[in-house]
Amino acid sequence: MVDVPVKRLRFGQTQRRDAWWVTPAISFLILGSFVVYATWAAFQGDHYFVGNYLSPFYSPELWGGSPHALFGTKPSFIPEWVPFSPALLILWAPGGFRFTCYYYRGNYYKSMWADPPACAVGEPRKHYLGEKVFPLIIQNLHRYFLYFAVFFLFFLAHDAWKSFWFNDSFGVGVGSLIITANVILLGGYTFSCHSMRHLVGGFLDRFSAKPARSSCYDCVSSLNRHHHLWAWCSLFCVAGCDVYIRLLSKGVICDWRIF
Amino acid sequence: MTTSVSATFKIWRGDASGGAFVEYQTQLSEGMVVLDAVHQIQAESAPDLACRWNCKAGKCGSCSAEVNGVPRLMCMTRMNDLPVDQPVTIQPLHTFPMIRDLVTDVSWNYRQKLRVKKFSPRAPDRPDGTYTMYQRDIERVQEFRKCIECFLCQDVCHVLRDHEKHDEFIGPRLLIYTASLEMHPLDGEDRLQALKDEHGIGYCNITKCCTKVCPEEIRITDNGIIPLKERVVDEFYDPLKIVLRALGVKKQKTAK
Repeated sequence: MVDVPVKRLRFGQTQRRDAWWVTPAISFLILGSFVVYATWAAFQGDHYFVGNYLSPFYSPELWGGSPHALFGTKPSFIPEWVPFSPALLILWAPGGFRFTCYYYRGNYYKSMWADPPACAVGEPRKHYLGEKVFPLIIQNLHRYFLYFAVFFLFFLAHDAWKSFWFNDSFGVGVGSLIITANVILLGGYTFSCHSMRHLVGGFLDRFSAKPARSSCYDCVSSLNRHHHLWAWCSLFCVAGCDVYIRLLSKGVICDWRIF
Repeated sequence: MTTSVSATFKIWRGDASGGAFVEYQTQLSEGMVVLDAVHQIQAESAPDLACRWNCKAGKCGSCSAEVNGVPRLMCMTRMNDLPVDQPVTIQPLHTFPMIRDLVTDVSWNYRQKLRVKKFSPRAPDRPDGTYTMYQRDIERVQEFRKCIECFLCQDVCHVLRDHEKHDEFIGPRLLIYTASLEMHPLDGEDRLQALKDEHGIGYCNITKCCTKVCPEEIRITDNGIIPLKERVVDEFYDPLKIVLRALGVKKQKTAK
């Protein structure tokens, strides 16, 4: 039984003097804006490609109206009344990867759910289930979203390669660089994942018995130290990439060709 | 900082039945830490102020308190890092029962430690009963051995601090203690079932407050709690592994 009486604090009650609310407020704004923008962009189903550039929100494009579509146009088995966009078919995977990410979990539990609002600051509610029971117990499936994220990286890398080919001739546009930076940052984010760290070798107790796994574990661990940076940079880049291609497609801006 | 600077402190005075902040003034001198100021206040104006301390070098973990609302070791908190234009608040750890003034009863942590399965050596490497242990194998656990048991991480953890889950969750310090045993290259015990059911690892929602306050800079969440969570997933939540085990495929060894 509990033998430690707790003096419960009111919501927001703390003796902290620093601006503890700034970080969660900024996270709330950035994550909230990203979710709203990504949802809006996914439902558009238009202006997601221009020439050899394809928005990462729509990659891999399984079925769709662009030349990047792997299996042609919208399949007939999808009823007319169902809202269709190529992004809706695939965006659950990278979305789920970020939603169940250990770093983002800690971040949005604070900024979106105030559980806690910040360290050593009083919470708004007494009830707490953690990740022990449904629904948050599904966070434990993070590694399956990781598998999808790794799979998607191949398609994004292929998109990056294609972005350097303009009408069968090699060239470099600002879009090529943005799409390439996007796959590099997403790669860094994916390969610095805590689940990846566990799966490549973290489950071992004796690294000396498995030198190859040990080296992989060291590599992932070195990336993992900056997982939060990879998370934020890749988030900005993937959204920025979509915005850039959308503006290009709408003719608002022109792609500057470096050569 | 010059010797003429004066600072006001609001120190919690009271016991289990209640208390209040009391203001004290004292002169600051160069190089002073919060614990120095508390000792000076004891010498000048509050000889009955209770405060636990020992090494004054950040290694005994005794002088844990909340300075301006942040759990810290008083001996490692320099006064010139704190704004002194307004009173500096010092209060006892929030998560544990008050004894008096800045002293709390942290014995709950030692009782929880008794619940963690002890080190149990795996089978020896050789018939003569000896083992070979490489530095590569032990260095991960050595990080956890730096813990000085100041219990700042337990204090800041909202599962204990705000949600009173003391009977269901052992807290970051004891998860790190469990990790130091579970990941030990010579240990053969399995603590995963206990981690899931009795020690409540699922209550941790990875807000990393424990890591932020650790004076030994142990990466509690990244290197201890999350790897343990992943091991629990391996055992209880990974559907593919559950199916494979049901089909008789041998469990992937953690090289125990």
